Amino acid sequence: MMKKEMIAMLLAGGQGSRLGVLTEKVAKPAVSFGGKYRIIDFPLSNCINSGIDTVGVLTQYQPLLLNTHIGIGIPWDLDKNEGGVTVLPPYEKSTNSEWYTGTANAIYQNLDYMEQYNPDYVLILSGDHIYKMDYEVMLDFHKVNKADVTLATMPVPIEEASRFGIVVTDDTNRITQFEEKPEKPSSNLASMGIYIFSWPVLREALLAKKDQNNCDFGMHVLPYCHDKKQRLFAYEYNGYWKDVGTLGSYWEANMELIDIIPEFNLYEEFWRIYTKGDIIPPQYISEKAVVGKCLIGEGSEIYGEVENSVIGPNVYIGEGAVVKDSVIMRNTRIGRNTVVDKSIIAEDVSIGNDVVLGEGEEVENVAKPKVYAFGLVTIGEHSVIPSGVRIGKNTAISGETTLEDYPGKVLPGGGVIAKDGDRA
Amino acid sequence: MRALGLILAGGSNNKMRELSKKRAIAAMPVAGSYRSIDFALSNMSNSHIQRVAVLTQFNARSLNEHLSSSKWWDFGRKQGGLYVFTPMVTADNSWWYRGTADAMYQNLNFLKNSHEPYVVIASGDGIYKLDYNKVLEYHIEKRADITVVCTDIEGDDINRFGVLKMNEESRIEEFEEKPMVTQSHTISTGVYVIRRRQLIEMLEKCAQEDRHDFVKDILIRYKNLKRIYGYKIKDYWSNVSTVESYYRTNMDFLKPEVREYFFRTGPEVKTKIDDLPPAKYNPGADVKNSLVASGCIINGVVENSVIFKNVFVGNNCVIKNSIILNDVYLGDNTHIENCVVESRDTIRANSYHYGEDGIKIVVEKNERYVI
Repeated sequence: MMKKEMIAMLLAGGQGSRLGVLTEKVAKPAVSFGGKYRIIDFPLSNCINSGIDTVGVLTQYQPLLLNTHIGIGIPWDLDKNEGGVTVLPPYEKSTNSEWYTGTANAIYQNLDYMEQYNPDYVLILSGDHIYKMDYEVMLDFHKVNKADVTLATMPVPIEEASRFGIVVTDDTNRITQFEEKPEKPSSNLASMGIYIFSWPVLREALLAKKDQNNCDFGMHVLPYCHDKKQRLFAYEYNGYWKDVGTLGSYWEANMELIDIIPEFNLYEEFWRIYTKGDIIPPQYISEKAVVGKCLIGEGSEIYGEVENSVIGPNVYIGEGAVVKDSVIMRNTRIGRNTVVDKSIIAEDVSIGNDVVLGEGEEVENVAKPKVYAFGLVTIGEHSVIPSGVRIGKNTAISGETTLEDYPGKVLPGGGVIAKDGDRA
Repeated sequence: MRALGLILAGGSNNKMRELSKKRAIAAMPVAGSYRSIDFALSNMSNSHIQRVAVLTQFNARSLNEHLSSSKWWDFGRKQGGLYVFTPMVTADNSWWYRGTADAMYQNLNFLKNSHEPYVVIASGDGIYKLDYNKVLEYHIEKRADITVVCTDIEGDDINRFGVLKMNEESRIEEFEEKPMVTQSHTISTGVYVIRRRQLIEMLEKCAQEDRHDFVKDILIRYKNLKRIYGYKIKDYWSNVSTVESYYRTNMDFLKPEVREYFFRTGPEVKTKIDDLPPAKYNPGADVKNSLVASGCIINGVVENSVIFKNVFVGNNCVIKNSIILNDVYLGDNTHIENCVVESRDTIRANSYHYGEDGIKIVVEKNERYVI
């Protein structure tokens, strides 16, 4: 096998449970984003745009859609004779078999994959962030500093710092202190979950920590390297980077794309984001349609009104329907005279006529108040909503619902309908 | 597979006016996201024809770019493939393609080295969906020497086609190329099925006699000698070889039934993927009855129009009944009505273009100020 200077390992096995019904059947990296893409398209496109042509994608939770999407990597030009993209699910071994129990454990279980390319450096990425980044610049930084490990970091508001791994650096950017999700953060420089390891360092650390339960980069491997007095450096990134881990941040990141000149600009010729383009036809805006500030994907047919929303490919919006402040993913159908207000509607959903989504006051969600908040209505993929019902805020629906699921044709604010059906 | 495919994409004509300066007709952008040749290529691929040669000579740069990878139509296979043949100088030939028959004759080795018993010949300017297997079955059932796919059309457009008349058995009795006056409404669509050995034989004979045109020198000359049958199609068929028909065909896609047929009914028409972001509408956008392709940014009024990929429409623009080809930049306050705007144009702010009698072709080579 040809030697590769740097290969990437992309962690895409997580559920992303804070996205609620959106990730019920879909791994978080495969969730649609921005009217065309899936979240994993951003790190994958960053890889190929940075000249990294060997990427291992570690999958575990609900991998079907992810596998279908990645295929042999054609959309990202990662269908290579040497290298390219390889999907790496957990596998059975002769002595013990286990799932990927943590981020570092997942990488440890694929030492053989990395070894065959005999790399100098390994880039560890996660599949749940929206950003454009040239990893080659980060690698140069790593080389110049003769680092063992380089962490991509960015300043975050200090009140949010306790959600992240926090680093303290000296004036040469060398990391003097590393805290994972600290209660009292000593700085606001957060790790973005993007690491470059010199291969021998990574290999040694993974082998040393192989018996660690739920072995995690932030919790175990980085502290181990730090304690061994290895050279850890912080590479400061200053562009747009968004963690779309919650429904609120997911919705917000989509809305930011609609700004007249968005901070995260998909329209630049340089650094294009690639995705599997399986829907080709242009979109049709009808005589009676009203399209305001919005993004609309290929092949959609708009007969109603769309304002301040991100509409995915092949979406149908019926006559008289009004869609506002919402994210609608591919192949979804919105019936006639239906009102959609501040909602996230996943793929292949069918919503009947004269439905109202997102009415009334904000009420705390009965089941998962931390997940279904922000005043959003969230509809899971392949859901069906019958005609004529009214749905309040902070609600979630998944599965094929019928009128019987809506006493008095209403799902009050904070309510949840989860139909088991074939998805039990 | 029983047939190999030949797509005749060499042509150009002055009926396309300025539009043909830039490209062969087969490379004309159609329906917002496609190029004309995608329809023939997708039909081939969807009919499981795996070996396809595209014969081209006129201004082939744009076409070659479009065909730079065969994977979009699923031809990148070990068995079969997509071949692009342009004329070349060899020890015993230094001619350009002197006609459709000559184009095939100059690539006789491709035909001879194939093993498929039949050949499907199509042109690159037809907009239609057709399962060529059905034509092939018909061809075999009729024990025909050549089967011509034909369709009925209305209007005075008829004199730019090959017009034919069939008897009750569908055998072609009369065939006139571009007649001034005719009683018939049935025209050849330029799609033929023929046995490979038969084609080779006819092409060789033609070449000996210094004849070069497939329609004139084979179809019409052999009409009474060989069994030539017509296979009539009833579904949508159009051809984009004049400005008027090009404009009309694009506008046809604003009709729901045409979109339903091409966009939402299988098999799908495939094209090269451009990786453009979704279309973006900013405040001031007001779009009615129009097709908009990906990568567009719309700030103005668009009505009854087809906007191709990656078009920028500035503030206070008004676009009516027009076709804006890909990568066009329209400066603020521009008015475009009854026009076809050539691809990659930059139209300066405050421009006014109006097609008074008929369609105006707008070609402007202004420098673009990138925002």
